[in-house]
Amino acid sequence: MYLNSIFADPERTAKLIDIAKSSLQPMLEGAIMNTIPLTILSFIFGLILAILTALARISNVKVFRMIARVYVSAIRGTPLLVQLFIIFYGLPNIGVTLDPFISAVIGFSLSVGAYASEVIRAAILSIPKGQWEAGYSIGMSYTQTLKRIILPQASKVSLPPLSNTFISLVKDTSLASLVLVTEMFRRAQEIAASNYEFLLVYSEAALLYWVICFFLSVIQGFMEKRLDRYAS
Amino acid sequence: MILIKGLYKQFGQLEVLKGIDLNVEKGKVVVVIGPSGSGKTTMLRCLNVLETPTKGAISIEGQNLDFSKAVSKKNIAAFRRLTGMVFQSYNLFPHKTALENVMEGPIVVKKEGKEAARKKAQALLEKVGLGDKVDFYPAQLSGGQQQRVGIARALAMEPEVMLFDEPTSALDPELVGEVLKVMKDLAQEGMTMIVVTHEMRFAREAADEVIFMDQGVIVERDKPDEIFTNPKEERTRKFLNMIQ
Ligand SMILES: Nc1ncnc2c1ncn2[C@@H]1O[C@H](COP(=O)(O)OP(=O)(O)OP(=O)(O)O)[C@@H](O)[C@H]1O
Ligand SMILES: [Mg+2]
Repeated sequence: MYLNSIFADPERTAKLIDIAKSSLQPMLEGAIMNTIPLTILSFIFGLILAILTALARISNVKVFRMIARVYVSAIRGTPLLVQLFIIFYGLPNIGVTLDPFISAVIGFSLSVGAYASEVIRAAILSIPKGQWEAGYSIGMSYTQTLKRIILPQASKVSLPPLSNTFISLVKDTSLASLVLVTEMFRRAQEIAASNYEFLLVYSEAALLYWVICFFLSVIQGFMEKRLDRYAS
Repeated sequence: MILIKGLYKQFGQLEVLKGIDLNVEKGKVVVVIGPSGSGKTTMLRCLNVLETPTKGAISIEGQNLDFSKAVSKKNIAAFRRLTGMVFQSYNLFPHKTALENVMEGPIVVKKEGKEAARKKAQALLEKVGLGDKVDFYPAQLSGGQQQRVGIARALAMEPEVMLFDEPTSALDPELVGEVLKVMKDLAQEGMTMIVVTHEMRFAREAADEVIFMDQGVIVERDKPDEIFTNPKEERTRKFLNMIQ
């Protein structure tokens, strides 16, 4: 019916193509100005948080382990959207008002931090104990061994699952539209609300997400090959 | 000079070292033999402070660690640099080439310049017969070659004493010789060495002394010829009969 109506009516077809074309620019703008920076920033902060959390979870200080556990459990046990709402709409009640973009970065970083910490923890634990001991035996400290011996090997192990986290994050940033970040999907909502061509505009948004994620998975493939130089 | 005094090590309820006393003079090669579980590895690991002894004291070339008191991380790190450890399973860093494996300690721990460290590493790898393999990753090397890199890596820290924990027991028989040769050369150059091994030929040819350990104590120590042909203790005799 929809397709019928398009092909039956050349005028409508032209109009739809026009809408598709004209909405491309604002959507790409949303992607470049917000979706992509939001994804990258959240992933970087999230990874740092994840490494710290993973180290806390395998540390022999009980308090660190406890804090890390509660954090991971809380983030994994609550919906991301609810977390974003608490940060953006909730915190103003205690006098903390944050810019939409910043709230979103905080929310997504916390989320990535929790999920990726499990990946990183498993990766660190998968490196044989002998690697730590070899580092110690030539006089390296915990931090030196971690940084130069363990994490490089763990990063190879965790690259595939972390790439998946990254790709999920790209898609999850669409939730930021609900805390007023004018990222790609919010642009799509605005456009669709003005012309009622929901199917067309949202499909176009979906296609753009797909293209971005496709490129990311190509890059992931390259990186895995590069890291495969040494087989262990 | 290495001095071990009253060394005890306990894992939970299990007492593995029950008062080890040992002195090894500079330049001497000591081979440690003994049945599985007798504490040979644990003793080496205590010397390298990969395990913290329950009590006792170790002194290497005048530097002391007394485990009856709390020892700081800094003291442990400084003490570790006196010993070079060669592991049964090599434990090379798989993401680094042979050269990088050897350069790692000098650069990171000794803060040597990259060029100086590279030159030294190159020379050490040549010394262990791997001058043509410097850019190979561990996975591209045979077990014997990997173990020789392991020896070069430990030597790069210029330790006072080299500790070997069954360095050839993970190797195919035809690769044992090349590793033992490197070790014999080291012994000849006057390196102080403590070697846990079941290679009796190495013990006969390179050791100044052989120590027999059983159940966490040193049962007997003597010159290789003496201990192999004429053991004084019944337990030593039994063990030697079993392995020969
Ligand atoms: N980290 C540990 N935790 C608990 N028990 C341990 C640990 N390390 C060693 N042991 C135990 O200590 C005892 C001595 O072990 P060790 O490895 O020193 O013996 P070994 O003489 O080197 O034996 P092998 O010839 O089999 O290598 C064994 O019973 C072993 O199970
Ligand atoms: Mg052992």
